Order: sequence, then structure tokens, then C-alpha cells
Amino acid sequence: MEHFDFIEMKLPAKPEYVGVIRLSVSGIANRMGFTYEDIEDLKVAISEAMTNATTHAYEENEGGEVTIGFGVYADRLEVMVADHGGSFNLSDVKKQTGPYQQSESIENLREGGFGLFLIDALMDKVEIKSGYGVIVLMTKNLPTNEVGLDDDQISTTQ
Amino acid sequence: MNINLSIDVIEKDNQTELIVTGEIDAFTAPLLKEKLLPATAKESEKIIVNLQDVAYMDSTGLGVFISALKSTKEHGSTLTLVNLQERVHRLFKITSLDSIIAIDTTVRGGE
Repeated sequence: MEHFDFIEMKLPAKPEYVGVIRLSVSGIANRMGFTYEDIEDLKVAISEAMTNATTHAYEENEGGEVTIGFGVYADRLEVMVADHGGSFNLSDVKKQTGPYQQSESIENLREGGFGLFLIDALMDKVEIKSGYGVIVLMTKNLPTNEVGLDDDQISTTQ
Repeated sequence: MNINLSIDVIEKDNQTELIVTGEIDAFTAPLLKEKLLPATAKESEKIIVNLQDVAYMDSTGLGVFISALKSTKEHGSTLTLVNLQERVHRLFKITSLDSIIAIDTTVRGGE
């Protein structure tokens, strides 16, 4: 089985913690070697998912928790955001998820309609499972080339 | 927590300028809405939102600007966003909202 590190966080389903999860993903992605641009994409995507989860919790009138799971792989970061407080099993969740169907129309000018659209645009792969709460599973791949953009990272035999 | 938003409002003649500093997310967007919407409700008002010091914004911010745009259409005021950082501007481009919200790019990054 492919090795990965798993980090799980539980936060109150409140908007004031969206910034906290943004700092967390920034730290994890920075450690993994993501570029500045990719880290900014990740911050927006995770914030959108967390915002959706807090809105959902608010509408349900439950003071619940949001559970966030980070799967740190050699070549990618997988992030799960679940709007019920319970823990989740990575492989179980992946078995149940399907591709996200884009059905939001920009012309509608809906004030809250861009969250999922942005997640889809900014991440490499997005799956959404609804049923017992909503689980968003999103993946950002690390750049495949091992040589960085900086010239001084290229090793030579001279 | 040092994750916040501050907004200075400068009013003169028929013009209101909002100078926004910080991060716009689910927590701080209500403050932006509270400051921005009353200005858009004034007839013929010219509203300028200076986003030079906004390093982070997500769809909650887009939602506020959509509300404000709707309000300007209703009240005959105008809304222009200026000095957007590249990351923030990118969100308007991805969502195609830059085609309906006036964004002055000529002063982007300028002091």
C-alpha cells in the first residue's frame, strides 16, 4: 500500500476558524514543497470547503465540528473536509465518492454559488460525497519535475 | 487572532472610497458587507474599493461584491474595484466576474 502521513484536525464549525485551517494547510503544503501559487490555491480551496461546512452546520442549527484530514503523499496532498464531527477512514471515504458535477451557472449571479466552483477550478481532483453530512475530498499534485525552477538546484557532473 | 479585516471609509462629494486591509473570508466578509452596502444605496454615488492591502480573498468576498453590484444597479450608483493584488484579481477572472464588475487594472500595484 502507498505510504502516506495522515493529519486530522477537528474545529468548531464557526467562521472564525476558517483562517486557522488556512494557516494549517499553508504550513503542511510549504513543508511538502508546493509553490507559492499552489499554496495560495490550496488556501482558497480549503477555506471554501470549511465555509460550506460551517454554513451547513449553521443551517442545521447544530453547534457541531468540522473534521479536516490531510493525506500527505510523496507526490500529492489530499484534503478531506467533513461537516460532521465524527472521524473518517480515508479508504472508506474514497470508495464512496464520485466525480463532482459542475452545475452552477455564473449568469445566475448567486451570491454564494462560487465555493464549489472555485474548489473545482483550483484543485487537480475533487470528489464530493453527501449523505451523512457532506464530505469534500480534494487533491493537489506536487509538480512532477524534480528540478526546481531555480537554476542553482540543477546538479551537474562538472 | 491576528487574522482580521479593517476598513477605512473616506467620503467626499458623491464619492465613497473604501480602503480595505487584511483578509476577506467567511469571518470577515460580513464587516465588508456592512461598510459597503450602505454606500451603494446612495443614488449617483461613485464607490471605489481599494483592495491594495487585501492579500487573501475567497468566494465570500465575491459574494459581497455581487450583492454590492446588485445594489448599485438598483440605486443608480457605481462600483469600481482598484489596486487588486494578482491573487485576488485571479478569482474574478476564474469566475468570469471581471466581465460584470468594474475592475480598474491601470492602477494595480501602484501607490
